[in-house]
Amino acid sequence: MEKRVVFRSPWLPWVLMAPQLTVIAVFFFWPAAQALLQSLQQSDAFGGSVEWVGLENFRNLWNDPGYLASFYTTALFSSLVAVLGIGLSLLLAVFADRIVKGTLVYTTLLIWPYAVAPAVAGVLWLFMFAPSVGVLSYALRSLGVDWNHLLNGTHAMTLVVMAAVWKQISYNFLFFLAGLQSIPKSLIEAAAIDGARPWRRFWTIVFPLLSPTTFFLLVINMVYAFFDTFAIVDAATQGGPGKETSILVYKVYYDGFKAMDQGSSAAQSVVLMVIVVALTVVQFRFVEKKVNY
Amino acid sequence: MKLKLAAIALASAFTVSAQAQTEIQWWHSMTAVNGEVVNDLAKNFNASQNKYKIVPTFKGTYDESFTAAVAAHRAGNAPHILQVFEVGTATMMASKGVTVPVGKIMKDAGEKFDPKAYVSAVAGYYTAPSGEMLSFPFNSSTTVFYFNKDAFKAAGIDTAKAPGTWPEVALAAAKLKASGHKCPISIAWQGWTQLESFSAWHNVEFATKGNGMQGMDARMKVNSPLHVRHIENLANMAKQGLFVYKGRANVPEASFISGECAMMTTSTGFYGNVAKNAKFSWGLAPLPHYPDVPGAPQNTVIGGASLWVMAGKKADEYKGIAQFFSYLSEPNVQAATHQRTGYLPITMAAYELTEKSGFYGKNPGTDVGVTQMIRKTTDKSRGIRLGNYVQIRTIEDEELEQVWAGKKSAQEALDSIVKRGNELLERFEKANKKS
Repeated sequence: MEKRVVFRSPWLPWVLMAPQLTVIAVFFFWPAAQALLQSLQQSDAFGGSVEWVGLENFRNLWNDPGYLASFYTTALFSSLVAVLGIGLSLLLAVFADRIVKGTLVYTTLLIWPYAVAPAVAGVLWLFMFAPSVGVLSYALRSLGVDWNHLLNGTHAMTLVVMAAVWKQISYNFLFFLAGLQSIPKSLIEAAAIDGARPWRRFWTIVFPLLSPTTFFLLVINMVYAFFDTFAIVDAATQGGPGKETSILVYKVYYDGFKAMDQGSSAAQSVVLMVIVVALTVVQFRFVEKKVNY
Repeated sequence: MKLKLAAIALASAFTVSAQAQTEIQWWHSMTAVNGEVVNDLAKNFNASQNKYKIVPTFKGTYDESFTAAVAAHRAGNAPHILQVFEVGTATMMASKGVTVPVGKIMKDAGEKFDPKAYVSAVAGYYTAPSGEMLSFPFNSSTTVFYFNKDAFKAAGIDTAKAPGTWPEVALAAAKLKASGHKCPISIAWQGWTQLESFSAWHNVEFATKGNGMQGMDARMKVNSPLHVRHIENLANMAKQGLFVYKGRANVPEASFISGECAMMTTSTGFYGNVAKNAKFSWGLAPLPHYPDVPGAPQNTVIGGASLWVMAGKKADEYKGIAQFFSYLSEPNVQAATHQRTGYLPITMAAYELTEKSGFYGKNPGTDVGVTQMIRKTTDKSRGIRLGNYVQIRTIEDEELEQVWAGKKSAQEALDSIVKRGNELLERFEKANKKS
């Protein structure tokens, strides 16, 4: 029979949860409700004349081909960030897990980038790849690549993806390393005795056992790519050239805080919220089935 | 440091209580030399009388201080004076009940105030169609042309006279390239210099309704044959490696200072930076134009910022603000500010005073921006004042980049600027028409 501890008092669980619920209400539900409200309004910058416009903000977005193109940009950007970020950090974690000496040094160095603010990460990569003065663009030129993210959309996308991935690798790395260390050595040793090579051991034992971690990171990285990357884009490319790196969240930030168009910005953040909720639901319903806990 | 701050706070607390001064908050976005000028102006004004105390506060870049002011206004504690960049002008004007017109403040306070004393191309920009001055022109800049004389000499080009027309610029660029120069010309503030100022300079409309100065129902006109010709011309130069794109806003300026790019069109506000940091001999000249266009060159358009007075303050505070604005307009104060910052003089008297002092003779090029602006303006050249202007600037950047990358033709890009710009103008008109 299952053992359960039950609270006798009906209100005690609520009191204990109250701090957490308050934090969520103040920092999540309240702003989300505010965004929903504002997405139905149109107002001037100072909020002097507020007008209810129904779904017009959304209609305007739908009629803007630039906004629709931004979905494609965002999908490309997010998948690149999630796949590369997870892949690279898994690789690094596997290597770091095998090192016998100096593990602490490696892991510390790999965790460092996480402490860097997104805007700083953007500027850092921007400097390295500045077309005329950047160290890396100079090196690329000697390899015959004329690096110019100011006019070349592919280069610009590569730049923001690299900055975003670099910033997230530490986080992924930490989780993968912890995941790897919790896999019982006996399993791997047993497979080794049975004659499985490292490559085969990884795919048949380690990777399946890591799947809860991988799945968790997939969700987290998607959310990261969708929401936390506007500072990188703002610092590195400002959405350019043209609109080639203008991801959805960057436009939310730009319209809301630079252009002072709060109605449209709120409508866009509602759209973004719906997308992420939908993506998370899809991930939990379909991807999670393949996860072994 | 903490002790020092505490001491200052304590001292200021005492002075306030001792003299019962009225404090006037001034939020600004001036850095480096220009920031020092702001503090000096406040200090000198405070020393000149003992009733009012101007307290300048640096609030970040133009858009940061603007966002901060919006938040402060909504919370009911906006500053008295707010410095707003020129692209925010239409937004400020349309926001009813947020600001008080400068003309009204001066009249109510009984200050001597003659709008005609101000340079018309400057003051006109901040004046309502009714003729009332809405905000006080503080730091005004315009678009000019910089060139590297050492690079010109190396390419065998005469440096006595700068290339004054676009065909001459293209010729000089070709010679520079032939002499091995990697970046003959680059352009900062591409939308402002190549579309907005370009329009006024050639006396063609950038937008209808006097470029938006006469009403909110203005619509974009930047796909005229002359605009297409110019952008096509620049696109060809980009293809041949004569014009090298170096980024948005003032980012390209660094490539002129470093000597990488030999020519550049940008703001007069770049003067101080070049004078201090350029390690080569250089020249300042008027913006190039097309000689076959009738009426060109006309005048260039204004950039920079003005001071807005926020609504809902006490009458006594408004009196102090009026006195401060009178002080800023005094010819010697104004002339000194102009000479220190490189921004345009806002009154004719300040210009004449600077000229008499021999400043322009000693610092050649400093009068280029001024002479470009002190002209009789036309309805097409008075200035550009559009709603949602910040976004329109970004649209200009996005579309022009596609031309420089060879993805769109000049006609396609300019048509797209008109179409996307007009959508924003319609929305602005709709959001503000009720007031």
